[in-house]
Amino acid sequence: MAQTTNTTRGPVTGTAHRAKKRKPFLLDLYSTAVGKKYVMAITGVLLIGFVITHMIGNLKMYLGKEDFNHYAEFLRELLVPILPRTVFLWILRGGLLGAVVLHVHAAYGLTLLNRGARSVKYQSPRDYQVATFASRTMRWTGIIVFLFVFWHLADLTWGTVNALGTTAADGVFVRGDAYGNVVRSFERPPVALLYIVANIALGTHLFHGVWSLFQSIGWSSPRFNKWRRWLATAIATIVVVGNVSFPIAVLAGIVGQ
Amino acid sequence: MTTATDPRLNSKIPEGPIADKWNNFKEDMKLVNPNNKRKFKIIVIGTGLAGASAAATLAELGYQVDAFTFHDSPRRAHSIAAQGGINAAKNYRGDGDSVHRLFYDTIKGGDFRSREGNVHRLAEVSVDIIDQMVAQGVPFAREYGGLLDNRSFGGAQVSRTFYARGQTGQQLLLGAYQQLARQVGLGGVNLYNRTELVDTVVVDGRCAGIVVRDLLTGELQSHAAHAVVLATGGYGNVFFLSTNAMQCNVTAAWRAHRKGAMFANPCYTQIHPTCIPQSDPTQSKLTLMSESLRNDGRVWVPLNPGDARPAAQIPENERDYVLERLYPSFGNLAPRDIASRAAKRAVDSGRGVGPLKNGVNLDFAAAIERLGKDVVQERYGNLFEMYERISGENPYDTPMRIYPATHYTMGGLWVDYELQTTVPGLYAAGEANFSDHGANRLGASALMQGLADGYFVLPYTIGNELAPLLNKPIPGTDHPAFKLAEQEARDRYSRYLGTNGKRSPDWFHRELGKIIWDNCGMERTEAGLNQALADLPPLYEEFQSDLRVTGGGDSINQTLEKAGRVDDFFQLGMLMCRDALERNESCGGHFRTEYQDDEGEAKRDDENFAHVAAWEWNGDPMSAIRNVEPLEFETVHLATRSYK
Amino acid sequence: MTASHGEHLTNLTLSVWRQKGPDAAGAFESYRIDSISDEASFLEMLDVLNEKLIDEGRDAVTFEHDCREGICGSCSLMIDGQAHGPQRGTATCQLHMRKFKSGANIVIEPWRATSFPIIKDLMVDRSAFDRIIESGGYITSQTGGAPDANLVPVPKPVADAAMDSAACIGCGACVAACPNGAANLFTAAKVAHLNLLPQGQAERYARAESMVETMDEYFGSCTNHGECEAACPKEISIDVIALMNKDYRKAKFANRKEIARS
Repeated sequence: MAQTTNTTRGPVTGTAHRAKKRKPFLLDLYSTAVGKKYVMAITGVLLIGFVITHMIGNLKMYLGKEDFNHYAEFLRELLVPILPRTVFLWILRGGLLGAVVLHVHAAYGLTLLNRGARSVKYQSPRDYQVATFASRTMRWTGIIVFLFVFWHLADLTWGTVNALGTTAADGVFVRGDAYGNVVRSFERPPVALLYIVANIALGTHLFHGVWSLFQSIGWSSPRFNKWRRWLATAIATIVVVGNVSFPIAVLAGIVGQ
Repeated sequence: MTTATDPRLNSKIPEGPIADKWNNFKEDMKLVNPNNKRKFKIIVIGTGLAGASAAATLAELGYQVDAFTFHDSPRRAHSIAAQGGINAAKNYRGDGDSVHRLFYDTIKGGDFRSREGNVHRLAEVSVDIIDQMVAQGVPFAREYGGLLDNRSFGGAQVSRTFYARGQTGQQLLLGAYQQLARQVGLGGVNLYNRTELVDTVVVDGRCAGIVVRDLLTGELQSHAAHAVVLATGGYGNVFFLSTNAMQCNVTAAWRAHRKGAMFANPCYTQIHPTCIPQSDPTQSKLTLMSESLRNDGRVWVPLNPGDARPAAQIPENERDYVLERLYPSFGNLAPRDIASRAAKRAVDSGRGVGPLKNGVNLDFAAAIERLGKDVVQERYGNLFEMYERISGENPYDTPMRIYPATHYTMGGLWVDYELQTTVPGLYAAGEANFSDHGANRLGASALMQGLADGYFVLPYTIGNELAPLLNKPIPGTDHPAFKLAEQEARDRYSRYLGTNGKRSPDWFHRELGKIIWDNCGMERTEAGLNQALADLPPLYEEFQSDLRVTGGGDSINQTLEKAGRVDDFFQLGMLMCRDALERNESCGGHFRTEYQDDEGEAKRDDENFAHVAAWEWNGDPMSAIRNVEPLEFETVHLATRSYK
Repeated sequence: MTASHGEHLTNLTLSVWRQKGPDAAGAFESYRIDSISDEASFLEMLDVLNEKLIDEGRDAVTFEHDCREGICGSCSLMIDGQAHGPQRGTATCQLHMRKFKSGANIVIEPWRATSFPIIKDLMVDRSAFDRIIESGGYITSQTGGAPDANLVPVPKPVADAAMDSAACIGCGACVAACPNGAANLFTAAKVAHLNLLPQGQAERYARAESMVETMDEYFGSCTNHGECEAACPKEISIDVIALMNKDYRKAKFANRKEIARS
């Protein structure tokens, strides 16, 4: 049960003398925990923006196949003719991928740091006062969402785990038919359930993340601080309600072929 | 009574009119060249206000400084618990304050038992302290315009007290600690934490260094230096129950005393009027409520003894506002000793309040009515909360109950104008010395004195002493005197561990405290003091034969630490009672019932006792030798202290 | 002196962490307190236990304490899974037994953090806090050179906010309570205290930078649980952490030559 010791006895002096070689300033910033949290907050903002846009775009599903597929096509044609078709979408995807990588890398680094900061755990049960379920499960909800994203891509982008029939009628992935792919996927109850669970995890993650990012970036003011919790609750709720409605709508037959 | 002046007790007060003395000293003093300062090693024991400010300042000047604290960090020193404020003659209120008035108030508050020269210097540098602390970022209370706020305090008729909510001591200590931390960071100070002084070493009449004990390993270590500063606080814990922190002790001062530093006026102890009364027998310490509460709180007891009704049900005409009645011009702001005795008498007359009838009311109803609850909360909110936490009662609804408790000790190591003890090279600063408060300290003056000594006195006077020692060798830690002191300390701690008796150090401390409180507390009598002097030696013998210290000596052992401290408290306790017995007068915190006027006020005897009693060790506190430094008053006129 | 007027709690069981030294193995040991006044403070209850142990010839429980009025920051006990025990805004020394019930089993553990190694029993070494202060938790102002105290007005809201942060007693409850063992509240309280004040502006960015980086060497990271604020005996708000984060960010980006212009 020993905790590590740094108690060599003798006088303390000269502790502020540290010849520190500074890295380029962004890397330097990223090298500390506060800097990593800053990066997590910024990438978090990007990812939240994506999640909200993604959800809003998907609402097109309720307007029918035409509208939905048209929206999918619109994304591919963003900034055409300035850029060739799908190029801007790929830039966006690249940005998102970068944000995810940084977000996960920072989270991983911080987790290691935090584990090291309490190498011996409390031996009696902790009685948490204000830490929410959301804040204490960030790592797990994060991992769930992260793994889910791969499933989601495999399901609806690459199609490798989409409906596995042989014809469009009994279910097969059809590149370009986003609407049909979604419906065919969600008609499988276990898949629908997976989407629902993953989105609840996402909402929990956002509930803490949205609030937390204000602290991490240092946006604090008595004027708006009381709204931070509201905003977090609102964003988490909207994203979850929107996203969870899709599989439910498919299963309930509101949205169908 | 007064004997001839001892040449060792030369106060070295500089020549000239009172207002010029400090300047004259600074002009005449010897200096050490900046490049030579690093050749001198100075040891500072204790890192409270006086110690931290001295260590930081001396290091800034370029001396090599070794600082020692028995705490884990300098920030824990007991200066941190001072609540009310710090005085300074800034006259920011324009209410007629001046250096001279602060000087006079302090002399008068001390019942004309302090040295004029020292006190005037204290008043002079008080203004620099505020400047220095503000520059360091101490968040003193401010007016809406951004300028510093002041409050009034006991014993003064001007508002000169600067404060930071009810945590002034904390903020000042953190200021000094941060300045010290900066020097530790820069390498100017070697900081030894969890290390306690166990002896001072004197070679050829000069202080050569110290022996310390590492509290974590039990290891004894010698340190040699050109000068040693003791900033180790007061000895109020001799009473067991006091407002001092649990670890406050007299050991450093006492060990220095045993090596030749005279101990002055040990009987001058201050009882603070506003503490929370004791509530149960296991109580380990008393908690002070800032004296600033007396600005707005009114002290009263029921007119009739035995009146057990709750405060709210006692009508105005059946209340006795004791201080307002007895001292109309100062009212609830009468000085501490006077307010304390008034409370004691009210309780002794059977009119005490609370379940144990051991307190008096401090009532804020009038203030809440006059100022509104918000203002009262703004001023005293944290104190009210603290009271509620401890007592379980809400002072916004029912009056606080308060009772006096030991709080501060004006006595301490005798020092001259340069804060040097009777051992050359050994200095004492802050509460550890006896110098500035005479027989009674005014509120908000302890912080002032600690910082004055550390920031603005020692850094000058030490240079004066060190300059002639340049490039002369000093005894090293291999000198036999160091080895002898180490061996003595080793034997002493082995003895505590090996006694194997039946009683814990705490048990003895409690018994000692009872004797001292009953006989050498708020009111003293010849018979009581004789009784104490008869009871103490056998109890001390029992301590030596029946002590039980469990655990070992080579890792942290709080029981063992306590044993060493209680040992020294016993010896000091005897000296205190002897000093109180010899001082046949009443003055300030020393009240002898035989010496009072018809109204029960203290009666001084200026003819025979206008002097400092400096006790010299000769092997046994019961036979210590009383030496005398007469006090000369050139500026102020000795008067009966009246706050009516 | 006099008998207690309070109620008495009876049949308390204490599970106290005992550990002989930094590298020794530790374990909980159970002790009984038959009766204790509800007016007693928690630490006085431990005093009673220790006297009993000494009477029995056993080692007293080592725990850190000093002022016992909630200001020195020495006391540091994890009581029933909460830093400083069940009462909000209170250091262990000001926790009273009236907060507990007869028959209770009270678990007492030391602060746990890698940078707070256990010295013995319930006592830990919090020197890492001093290292953080030494790295920049001060305003450089050599003794003797200060201008008049009223030269620079400090608006009252600024002084009040600085005081709120400066109230920190350095007890380490924030680290103890933080699931990550982070010291952000401690560090930020000092950064906020000094960086809010006009006197602290000259070293503002250097201070934020070096204190944060020193903190990093010893402690975990903040994930905004808010447990530190809940455990803080001085109830310092985690708003100060946001302020520190802001100043640290600015420290990396701002041109320090223009520090006097804002």
